[in-house]
Amino acid sequence: MADTGIRFVFDAEQRQLRAAVRKFCAESFGETAARRLMESGETFDAGTWHRLGSELGVLAMSVPEADGGAGGSLVDQAVAVEEFGAALAGGPLFGTVYLAIPALAACPPGRARDELLRTLADGRRTAAFAVADLAGAFDPDRVSINVDQDRLSGDAGRVVDATAAEVILLAASGSDGPGLYAVEASEADRTPLVTMDPTRPQAGVVLRDAPARLLAGPGDTGRIINHALRVGSALLAVEQVGAAQHLLDLSVEYAKSRLQFGRQIGSFQAIKHRLADMFVELEHARSTAYHAVWALADGSDDPALAASIAQATCSAAFSRIAADTIQVHGGIGFTWEHQAHLYFKRAATDAALLGSAEQHRSRVADLVLDNTLAHSGAVRVATGHP
Amino acid sequence: MQSSARVRAAEAVKRVVGNGYRDGMSSAGDTGRVTELAHAVVAEYDPKQVPVTEFLGACYDAGLSWVHFPVGLGGLGVSRGLQSVADGILQGAGGPVPLGLNPMGYGMAAPTVREHAQSEDLKRFLLRPLATTEDIWCQLFSEPGAGSDLAGLATSAVLDGDEWIINGQKVWTSLAHKSRWGLLLARTDPDAPKHKGLSYFVLDMRGPGVQCRPLRQMTGQAEFNEVYITDARIPDVHRLGAVGDGWRVAMTTLMNERSALGASGSRRGSGTIADAVQLWAARPELHTPVLRDRLSQLWLRAEAQRLTSERSRMAATSGDPGPEGSIGKMVGAELNQRIYEFCMDLLGPEGILYHSYAMHGANDDGDWRGPVQQRYLRSRANTIEGGTSEVMRNILGERVLGLPGDLRADAGMPWKEIPRG
Repeated sequence: MADTGIRFVFDAEQRQLRAAVRKFCAESFGETAARRLMESGETFDAGTWHRLGSELGVLAMSVPEADGGAGGSLVDQAVAVEEFGAALAGGPLFGTVYLAIPALAACPPGRARDELLRTLADGRRTAAFAVADLAGAFDPDRVSINVDQDRLSGDAGRVVDATAAEVILLAASGSDGPGLYAVEASEADRTPLVTMDPTRPQAGVVLRDAPARLLAGPGDTGRIINHALRVGSALLAVEQVGAAQHLLDLSVEYAKSRLQFGRQIGSFQAIKHRLADMFVELEHARSTAYHAVWALADGSDDPALAASIAQATCSAAFSRIAADTIQVHGGIGFTWEHQAHLYFKRAATDAALLGSAEQHRSRVADLVLDNTLAHSGAVRVATGHP
Repeated sequence: MQSSARVRAAEAVKRVVGNGYRDGMSSAGDTGRVTELAHAVVAEYDPKQVPVTEFLGACYDAGLSWVHFPVGLGGLGVSRGLQSVADGILQGAGGPVPLGLNPMGYGMAAPTVREHAQSEDLKRFLLRPLATTEDIWCQLFSEPGAGSDLAGLATSAVLDGDEWIINGQKVWTSLAHKSRWGLLLARTDPDAPKHKGLSYFVLDMRGPGVQCRPLRQMTGQAEFNEVYITDARIPDVHRLGAVGDGWRVAMTTLMNERSALGASGSRRGSGTIADAVQLWAARPELHTPVLRDRLSQLWLRAEAQRLTSERSRMAATSGDPGPEGSIGKMVGAELNQRIYEFCMDLLGPEGILYHSYAMHGANDDGDWRGPVQQRYLRSRANTIEGGTSEVMRNILGERVLGLPGDLRADAGMPWKEIPRG
């Protein structure tokens, strides 16, 4: 496993990385870029994406250099993703960086896998991950694609980033169980869908005898997909933290500059206490997201539990902070021209992807509460008898 | 490699602690020295054999009571973060948790005396018996008329020669009747604005004019006391900090209290949440899906706070406690209440029974927490004691987020003209 340094502490290189990504994001992403893409109807800027992969090398940071990655750890990747979230970065991050690259990195080496991983890592190509998950976990019963002699058929349903993707990764059931396959997007029928968050588009994907390359057989597929979904959950959580921090900063600035009743509105406890609560939610989210990242990087915690703790916490926190940002801003926060709604829509989208907060909470209950055995040290219950 | 770790840790501390950051990073050499000294203490004074006071005295003499204090005052002048190294060895060998035995002494008095006592002799005189727990300490801050607005307090201190004459009433004083010394905040200048007319003293709790009465609370117990002070005398050498500077001195003390209250156990599922999870496990016949989801929400919040404390600990290997400790206090307090509310809702009609309202003596040793119904009642105080949640949110908003303060009707007004009631 990669050296992950002191838990919860980013090292000097990671701080430099953060500064570099932040600078790049300020130039290439943010509200203006998001609006430009929304208005142009484009799903992403291929030139910017290629620079992320080649110039900055931040699309596959935890992939070994031999496979075309940066040879770092998931912590490094998280640093970059947090900045992407803050800047509402466009492009197929969810499909390519959060899911497809971690899946490919976990696949056994082979020509199809090696070539695809390399081209995704340097930003030449993009991918979507069309494996239906059940709250961020692989469920073989939900595989809706069948494979017959390396040709795939079936309805993959709604797939995030499928409009931009050149390659689609799918699980398909064969006679001996589900395998993981790559299909050229041009071989699929894609129906772009209107999404609430235009910066995170989706398409309906249907395959009819589409030629596919096998990436992993039935023996490995479940493990690989679950790994990718957990890494994806952790990175999505980090994205949520970055975006939520941006919104808290925005709200605090507004509360200091907006005057009503002759005072800064941040001097009213009704506003101040709401912002304090937003800060607590954000810090909790940050801790759980970082914990998941470190746990997946160094194996220090049950990956399923760590990912669910992060997703349950961060989805709720980002949604709450986005809603409160609109409230703190008052009327202006509800307008199209203000950026709050862009993040609010991202919050709603992120909360629904890879399992809702409620689903992850339920998994935490499965893993923690249902397995707790009563012991004699339990707290006493008074019976009415002194 | 060592230097890069230092840079990393220093940067991280700056990020978390901000302006409160002070230099004084640990080095491998210091860690080794603390480890060696702690092993030497437990080898010579087996905590399972020798009396607690003797063991803690040995810790003090070895500089392990508070390793960041100067040599000769129970410290070694090394990074505060190394205290956990010492405590791990001392407590691992069966040594006591001194903060539990003398909470106000260790949590508040020691750092205040160290920083503000007028002479080294006084520091030595007070700190060693504090460390051994021979001298228990209490805090005399809150008054019936001054809670959240502590700076409005009315207990007076009038200079008479080289002594101060104290008159007033303090409240919510735990361990008052067992205490040798009290940390007292009193008004020395009623003509000054409220924050500027206060001074900070060490009061002899056994001296004439100091009377403690147990204060019964809604659980039926009396954990706290009222302290009536009538013409009690304090020598001026027992003043901590300058005359009129009491508020600033008190703030360093309060920060220590809040960080002590805010720190929580580091094992997953430990602390108050364990009560709810254990009750849940013990009573499967009471399970419903709605209660299960409520408990998982509480568990997640407890876990998120545990990870936040851990993150803050990892980063703050050095430095003074800062406002980030306020998160833990506030979250922990509100979580405790929600956890015991959950327990009550789980128990249903059983929950409304109680064990006894027979008057409990103040500060009995033994189990103060009692059955779950008593804990439920006790938790109502959590969002009031040590800073109300409202005050905590003001602190987070103003000191962490940099929001403007609220309007103050008494700003700049001489204390004696401020309306009270």
